[in-house]
Amino acid sequence: MALADIRQRPGVVLAVAILLHVTLISAQVNTASGLPVLQVVTFGSFSEVQRGTMSIIDGVRGLWSGYIALQQVQQENTALKQEMQTLQIKLQQERAEAQRTDNLRQLLELRERANLDTVAAEVIAGAASPDFRTVTIDKGSSDSLETDMAVISPAGVVGRIILPSRRASKVQLLIDRNAAAGALIERTRVQGVVVGMGDGLLHMQYVPGSADVKTGDLVVTSGIDGIFPKGFVIGTVDHADRGAGAYHEIVVRPAVDFSRLEEVLIVRTPPASRSSQPEEPAK
Amino acid sequence: MRSAVALAAIVISIAVQTTLGRYIFRDSGTAIDLVLIVVVYIAIKSGPVTGLLAGTVAGLIQDALSSGILGIGGLAKTIVGFLSGVLGTQFIVTAPLPRFLLLVVATALHAAIFMGLYTVLNLRQFPAPYPAIAGQAFGNAFVGVVAFQVIEWFPGFVDRRRAGRFLKR
Repeated sequence: MALADIRQRPGVVLAVAILLHVTLISAQVNTASGLPVLQVVTFGSFSEVQRGTMSIIDGVRGLWSGYIALQQVQQENTALKQEMQTLQIKLQQERAEAQRTDNLRQLLELRERANLDTVAAEVIAGAASPDFRTVTIDKGSSDSLETDMAVISPAGVVGRIILPSRRASKVQLLIDRNAAAGALIERTRVQGVVVGMGDGLLHMQYVPGSADVKTGDLVVTSGIDGIFPKGFVIGTVDHADRGAGAYHEIVVRPAVDFSRLEEVLIVRTPPASRSSQPEEPAK
Repeated sequence: MRSAVALAAIVISIAVQTTLGRYIFRDSGTAIDLVLIVVVYIAIKSGPVTGLLAGTVAGLIQDALSSGILGIGGLAKTIVGFLSGVLGTQFIVTAPLPRFLLLVVATALHAAIFMGLYTVLNLRQFPAPYPAIAGQAFGNAFVGVVAFQVIEWFPGFVDRRRAGRFLKR
């Protein structure tokens, strides 16, 4: 009866819905910090649906590729891929360590960072809306994951955790419009900030126009953002223009193929910005 | 019963968008919004109020699963659901061409509200958005029209097969 009454007044229902949405948006825009409870609960519960759907899809894919296709070749291929990924990650860690040893001041940091505490995770879902570049991974706060932990892959930097739930986490990819990371050009050590452009490419900002930048230069993390460890590959310079302003206009092509992300590593070492906060004095 | 079916369609579309969508659309370069297609279909089939409520639920779930502001996608899909429902009751939108046009307009309106609010609130920037909107509008329209035709063709196909078997006996 009441439902029938509502259906007779679509204008009123529309006005109420718009009012509720505007109130909801206003509440969030005015909030200085913190995550909305509704967002955490919805994400936590829906990630289980995503996990279930992904399990079904994985099951069907596994059945096809593991049994109907050549079973042994598939297993051997999987093992070789895992081995190759492990070696690539080791190679990146070695490169990062070699750079740090050049500077005595960074020797202490090397002792802390050389053995990064990482955990492997599987990508179980992509972004719910095409306007955001995020993925969902199958590890969460029960695996000691926290907000702002860096996510890396064998190819390079992937992004950071923005919303951990108990058994899943949302990862903001580096190519999202709101993502950024401290970066430097490996050849000349010129520093800047890499930001996502939303179209799969990255923009390196605040590089002085007098700096030496060439197409093909490797761009790596600088570590100054306190999230991403220093020395990990971000991408290569696609093209650099000496613009009208004081800075270069540099477009960076990411090293990671974000459309084919399947397994990632999360650096569980707390961000420098957090670990440097003073502890409460003992009572 | 119809509400439960609508809710199930929304949940399935979001699950497919977030899981299978990564594999289906990753090489196409066009960001298809399956959830918007489902909202438009529910609206033209069930009217403005159901379309509005479907848009609200679908948009809020998408917002909650995204890293943006909760409510902006919900508001955009609410308005699109309502207007699609109004158009569905005022005009005949059963042929592929009107549905194609409706989906193009609905996607463009959704993008205008979504990107407009983010830009007005100074939360995100969308440099050169028109090619992306156009691509998404025509992509959604194509996928939507094909999906609508398949959904409506399938029950009739099953009935015809049943009737054929009955006559053979």
